[in-house]
Amino acid sequence: MSDLQNISLSSSQLSVGYKNGKEKTIIVENVNLSLKKGTFTTMVGINGSGKSTLLRTLAGLQNPMFGEVLLQNLPIETLDPEKKAKQLSVVLTGQYISKNLTVLELVALGRQPYTNWLGKLSEKDKVHILNAIAATELEAFKNTACHALSDGQFQRALIARALAQNTEVILLDEPTTHLDLHHKASIFSLLKTIAHEQQKIILSTSHDIELVLEISDEMLVINNGKATQDTPKNLIESGVFEHLFPANIIGFNKENQRFFIR
Amino acid sequence: MNNTGKHSIQFVILGTLLILLFLVNIALGSVLIPIKAIIQIILGDDTVKKAWEYIILDYRIPKALAAIMTGSGLAVAGLMMQTLFKNPLAGPFVLGISSGASLGVAFFILGGSALGLSAFVAPNGWGTILAASLGSFAVLSIVLLVASRVRDAMALLIIGLMFGSLTAAVVSILAYFSPAEELQRYMFWSFGSLGDISWEALGILSLCYFIGIILAFSVTKSLNSLLLGDHYAQTLGVSLQKSRFIILIATSILAGSLTAFVGPIAFVGLAVPHLIRQWFTASNHWTLMPACVLGGAVLMLFCDTLAQMPLFQFTLPINAITSIIGAPIVIWLLIRKKKLLF
Repeated sequence: MSDLQNISLSSSQLSVGYKNGKEKTIIVENVNLSLKKGTFTTMVGINGSGKSTLLRTLAGLQNPMFGEVLLQNLPIETLDPEKKAKQLSVVLTGQYISKNLTVLELVALGRQPYTNWLGKLSEKDKVHILNAIAATELEAFKNTACHALSDGQFQRALIARALAQNTEVILLDEPTTHLDLHHKASIFSLLKTIAHEQQKIILSTSHDIELVLEISDEMLVINNGKATQDTPKNLIESGVFEHLFPANIIGFNKENQRFFIR
Repeated sequence: MNNTGKHSIQFVILGTLLILLFLVNIALGSVLIPIKAIIQIILGDDTVKKAWEYIILDYRIPKALAAIMTGSGLAVAGLMMQTLFKNPLAGPFVLGISSGASLGVAFFILGGSALGLSAFVAPNGWGTILAASLGSFAVLSIVLLVASRVRDAMALLIIGLMFGSLTAAVVSILAYFSPAEELQRYMFWSFGSLGDISWEALGILSLCYFIGIILAFSVTKSLNSLLLGDHYAQTLGVSLQKSRFIILIATSILAGSLTAFVGPIAFVGLAVPHLIRQWFTASNHWTLMPACVLGGAVLMLFCDTLAQMPLFQFTLPINAITSIIGAPIVIWLLIRKKKLLF
């Protein structure tokens, strides 16, 4: 198999940002990334570096300022929304989600692209839903309403919903915010396992650089409006982390892969 | 996962309540008519008193049917607004859609005399319907426009409130220049009334009602996706623009036509979806929609039964009754749950 066939989500000369009236503000420019099947990639960068904007643009939720996003070699905006929903799913933060939904109902909504206009679930849909709940270890909370879940459990439920959608690509925006170290690690290793076992493309943004350095297959580092994609090892060698934060305040130790305060 | 069957008890209770209240509603009033006679009249028995037959067939049954449509239509409109705007406090009244209808009617009734059109102004006439529907359409298009620019749900509610104030202000200016007779007519309309609806008017109302309800049911699947927010709904294959448009059209047809016929009715659209959510503990719109249809009808029939003050020689304004019942319900829900969820 050639590399090209393994690539399902890519971008060429992509610039992302936002439009305010006629004024365009570009946050990250000239992104040429390619995400391969069976890889878990993380995106890191400082606050306001444009991680979420890039992720939303890759998901087709926001228009690129320049360049294009290709999903299975087709420009993402040309895809039929229902067809796209079977190829790409997201886990986002800060959405207005009805917390009245039970975990089961929330996860079941992931099957919407596959159901008829009545939204009736088939046996196959139910298998996907239960598998997703099992993979995220939420069996005990199946019938719990989302407002009664802890932050970590709710985050896992959102991931389960994306898994139930059974898409090749899953994009996650800060799935570990507000979680403690143990839950952060367990969510990232879950994502990695899923990517490897089910040959999925998983891209997640994160603030926990030290943690994702250890766990990611590949990383996307956003620094000063530029994006660099490579393996954690190569990125460390290249010295990109030394310059991620103001060098007079925070340094990076290549040996133990840790940041330190000067 | 599959809620079918899970809520059958609640549906049976609501259905039974609806039938019972319908019979009680047409039995009670300033003249008490025995249930037996009512059933005879409905079945087409000619031996019953003519006066009773007239009261039942040409006054009370149309009124009860209007109450059913008003309650269910407003409840469905409220449910759609709450999900669309992701706001538990949304509803046709809160978003200013009912105010828009009032403004249309105010211009029509009060402004009509200034233009020398008073001859065309008849209560429950086509003019009122058109004016109210145009008014709600106008407000709705503005809300639509704002919704595409402002993503903040709170801003939308404030705009709704502003429309309420604007309506009140314009009405008071119009009132200042209007003859007492027209002012009185507007005031009576604004109290709301389910009575005085002819079968012909009821036909027009049912047409608007069914169009609105069918449109509402056609977007039920999208409404379920919208429970996750706009971004998630989009990634689930929902065309936001299309769904939003259908939801807003359905709401304006329901709220506009109902307001034209029965006057501005507050709280039904806001309170019923919450009561149903609490009682059914459901979020699926395939459950909530039919439940709101039944629940809204039941609440409105109940309010109307109270409003007609059995055995007294007068009826109270229906809008006052829905507010007296609806406001405490909303307050009770807030205190009980601390936080209302959509």
